Amino acid sequence: MAVSSQRRPRPSLLDAWMPTIKTQGRKFLTSAIALFIVLAIWQLLCSGENPVLPAPLTVLNDTWELIVDPFFDNGGTDKGLFWHIFASLQRVAIGFTLAAIIGILVGVIIGSSPLIYDALDPIFQVLRTVPPLAWLPISLAAFQNNEPSAIFVIFITAIWPILINTAVGVQQVPNDYKNVSRVLQLSKIEYFFNVLFPATVPYIFTGLRIGVGLSWLAIVAAEMLIGGVGIGFFIWDAWNSSLISEIILALVYVGIVGLILDKIVLLVGRLVVPGGPQ
Amino acid sequence: MQTLNGQTTTAQPIQVNLQRDTFLNIQDVSKVYATPKGPYTVLEGVNLTVQEGEFICIIGHSGCGKTTLLNMVSGFAQPTKGVVLLQDQQITQPGPDRMVVFQNYSLLPWKTAFENVYLAVKAAFPEKSKAEKTAIVTEHLELVGLTEAAHKRPHQLSGGMKQRVAIARALAIRPQVLILDEPFGALDAITKEELQEELLQIWQDHRCTVLMITHDIDEALFLADRLVMMTNGPAANIGEILDIPFRRPRNRAQMTEDPKYYELRNYALDFLFRRYAHDDD
Repeated sequence: MAVSSQRRPRPSLLDAWMPTIKTQGRKFLTSAIALFIVLAIWQLLCSGENPVLPAPLTVLNDTWELIVDPFFDNGGTDKGLFWHIFASLQRVAIGFTLAAIIGILVGVIIGSSPLIYDALDPIFQVLRTVPPLAWLPISLAAFQNNEPSAIFVIFITAIWPILINTAVGVQQVPNDYKNVSRVLQLSKIEYFFNVLFPATVPYIFTGLRIGVGLSWLAIVAAEMLIGGVGIGFFIWDAWNSSLISEIILALVYVGIVGLILDKIVLLVGRLVVPGGPQ
Repeated sequence: MQTLNGQTTTAQPIQVNLQRDTFLNIQDVSKVYATPKGPYTVLEGVNLTVQEGEFICIIGHSGCGKTTLLNMVSGFAQPTKGVVLLQDQQITQPGPDRMVVFQNYSLLPWKTAFENVYLAVKAAFPEKSKAEKTAIVTEHLELVGLTEAAHKRPHQLSGGMKQRVAIARALAIRPQVLILDEPFGALDAITKEELQEELLQIWQDHRCTVLMITHDIDEALFLADRLVMMTNGPAANIGEILDIPFRRPRNRAQMTEDPKYYELRNYALDFLFRRYAHDDD
């Protein structure tokens, strides 16, 4: 190992990275220019007397205090944006984790049995098309409490893509791999950990990525209805106080957090299956 | 033609059954698949006996049921009629005593070469210690010349290297019968010859019984003790069995200078492309 690393002269590492830095830099530059143009057009369109929406600079001006101090806490719902997003993320974390655990377990079971799959698939296909917020009244009725209802909405929204993708992944395990495990007479547990699960992981992570995106979509809407601390409630509260600039700031944050969630799941998926077919 | 010893096994099953050292016995085996158009007979009344340590190649046109026949030895399929006996035990399911080298390698892509072989060793020898299992894996990867690539995953390996891993995995569990389904079909000519020579070398050291499907007459003549030539499906059977008398260890260059080699080669070609020419060819 030491020999092979010595053979490579030091500057070549930089040379190897240069093309990557260049393409990444070019991509960054082009999207920065595009963003600037969009903001400029927005600024121009909304710069008259009493515009319908605040222009970007107005937003920046109005919300500067919220931007520079996201951590203030004056009690109740009067908290910095960090705490609102943190509260929403906590709900998503609980609901999404539950959805992932149960979705993967049930997915593996129904994927392994054509009979159960045929029996339950039509039900899942119907349930997965129900909009997230349509579950809220039912869960409020069932739980009699805001917090578990919001978490249930996240759970029921995120579980379908996870469950269905897992089931399909289990069904798609190539026959070659099954034959190998048959000829080696692997036990059920060995088959699960050495063959079935690794073969299904790419499908599971596709489901998890869709699921986390849907969770984040649903939590904002659910919090608008149930209130309390949370970015959805923050937006609703800002709307009731006609603070349009704050809404726009919150939307930017919601978008960025959603993107980060998606990338985290993608990254974890890559770490879990480094050698798998990507 | 006196060197050819061509014989139809169907004509003399009784004599075959009386042989004492019969290791693998395919007795009057038929395979019928149910299709929407009614039953389809792939194989009918196949008889074949194999001695321990023999190297058998099976050749025939596609669709003649070669793979079906070997699947009944490996246990992935059951005969509709007749039995397959290994040391007088009926074969009912796949098992590590009849290890298969699959046509498309069938390595687990999330495992390194080492881990792929280790999984098989762990399944076959659960009682051995970790150090012993590791030693077996290392030894067999060395046998196929893959010590350097032991910690690479299949997608980092060439086709020939993947097939070497598959062979190492198969040999590491000490099967009684090694079943190879067209193992070198997808490889380039040079890699193919290299692997044929390695396989022959390993077989000479290990002395396991080998059943191998091939499409390549030269490959069969170089490797096999006997070449089983199948008739065309439906209801395919063994047409003839050629004894390949070349002395071992075999040398490819010397063999191809032997006039007998061309006699056998032409005889097999005649069988495949004139007497049992495929309709589609």
